[in-house]
Amino acid sequence: MSEFEEPLKAELTVEYPFTRTTGKVIGAFMTGLREKRLFGIKRSDGSILVPPLEYDPVSSEPLTEMVEVSQSGVVETWTWVDPPRPQSPWDTPHALALIRLDGSDTSMLHAVIADSFSEMRTGMRVIAQWKEERIGHIADLEGFIPETKEVDS
Amino acid sequence: MSKSHSFRDIAVVSVASYQTKTLSEVNEVQLMADLISKCRNSAGVTQEEIGFTCSGSSDFLAGQAFSFVHTLDSVGAFPPISESHVEMDGAFALYEAWVKLQIGEVDTALVYSYGKPSAGSIIDVLATQLDPYYVSPLWPDCFSLAALQARLLLDKGLITLEKMAEISMRSQKNGFDNPNAVRSSKDVSFENLMNEPAIVDPLRASDVSEIADGGCAIILAAEDKAKSFCERPAWIKGIDHRVDSHTLGVRDLTRAPSAFLAAEKAGINTDRLDLAEIHAMTSTQEFILEKEFGLNEKTLVNLSGGCLASDTTMASGLIRISEVARRIISGQVDRGLAHATSGTCLQQNLVCILEGE
Repeated sequence: MSEFEEPLKAELTVEYPFTRTTGKVIGAFMTGLREKRLFGIKRSDGSILVPPLEYDPVSSEPLTEMVEVSQSGVVETWTWVDPPRPQSPWDTPHALALIRLDGSDTSMLHAVIADSFSEMRTGMRVIAQWKEERIGHIADLEGFIPETKEVDS
Repeated sequence: MSKSHSFRDIAVVSVASYQTKTLSEVNEVQLMADLISKCRNSAGVTQEEIGFTCSGSSDFLAGQAFSFVHTLDSVGAFPPISESHVEMDGAFALYEAWVKLQIGEVDTALVYSYGKPSAGSIIDVLATQLDPYYVSPLWPDCFSLAALQARLLLDKGLITLEKMAEISMRSQKNGFDNPNAVRSSKDVSFENLMNEPAIVDPLRASDVSEIADGGCAIILAAEDKAKSFCERPAWIKGIDHRVDSHTLGVRDLTRAPSAFLAAEKAGINTDRLDLAEIHAMTSTQEFILEKEFGLNEKTLVNLSGGCLASDTTMASGLIRISEVARRIISGQVDRGLAHATSGTCLQQNLVCILEGE
């Protein structure tokens, strides 16, 4: 072996070494999350998109008018995730749902933190539950909990 | 495609595909070397005679940037070839090759695609294609998203659990004659399918696709070249692809408007459609597409078993085209529809109408 030199070695870390700005619309939504507020954006027909997009998904018009929406809404459809995905923000079984917030004309994907599968039903009312520490990230929103629970507690 | 007279006649002249649960001790290059050779040999062409080569595969799946470059070894890239790649299903690579042939500078093209989802966690890989700010950080898996779509269909009374089981049963029975089918059964019972527990509620194991490794290669040729390679070429009478919003909560998930539009633009004509091969990850998505295409009892659906029998990420769409084309080439059917999808919950859809003479 001594007649050969050791092969060259280099550390390689797979990474995405760039930062992106979230821009005026997504950035405003993320800032809202940090302040426990939920924002949508108004389309030219007056309807509200939540979460907000920079461009209208149908007409491609640029959108600018942010509108605050309710923290409560209705579960439009759902499924039960058990076991939770290892990379996801959740470490216990939960529902994944499309939730239409009051004041919004579209629905957003997030978790419903329910005790069990049997607690879930389409059309149930849910309310946002926030993390203590918020950094301007979609997971600042811990998820939504059944509204009845809040009334109980 | 209303002005079809202004298009060159392009046909599929040769196909080869392979799917299996797990490709062990065979890498993508070895897999594709075999399929590409089979495909070229059956058309009687060498790589030097092929004017354009286009492939579809995923770096996210391979875990390596520019991973498709390695697979060019299976083509033979010397002397230099004219080549392109899409980070999409091979059906979209076929569309690029079709456009290249329409330009008229070349008369033949090789299209191939492959995927080896067994090497990693496909449901996590697919989560990375979602909106990077609002959705991807929640890591929803593709079957959970399809389950949201399925529940909407059920809640609105557009489908029943029985109808879903019928679609799964059709796939498993049809797949029995397909050597590439990973999940198939000649005597699967409706009762057993109905009694299966949900794995991603309301979807049962038989309602979701059977993830498989594999690949597909196709040779396209124009006009007289096509006739010289193949006794009965499968002519592409129409091909079109359309896209719906990337944002899940904006779309009506019980519909696939882009599939409807693509079929219309490709000139579907359901009165003369012997076969439809549909690329769908769940029984419920298969149902949505059948409705969008307006299929009637004249059309046989997924004779191969479809993706519920074998689903190879990045190749399932191209395999649909190969399944329709090989049945036209062999004279089994005269006219068929091949469909491919991309994105989540049927966001993007391609329709290719093939016909023999």
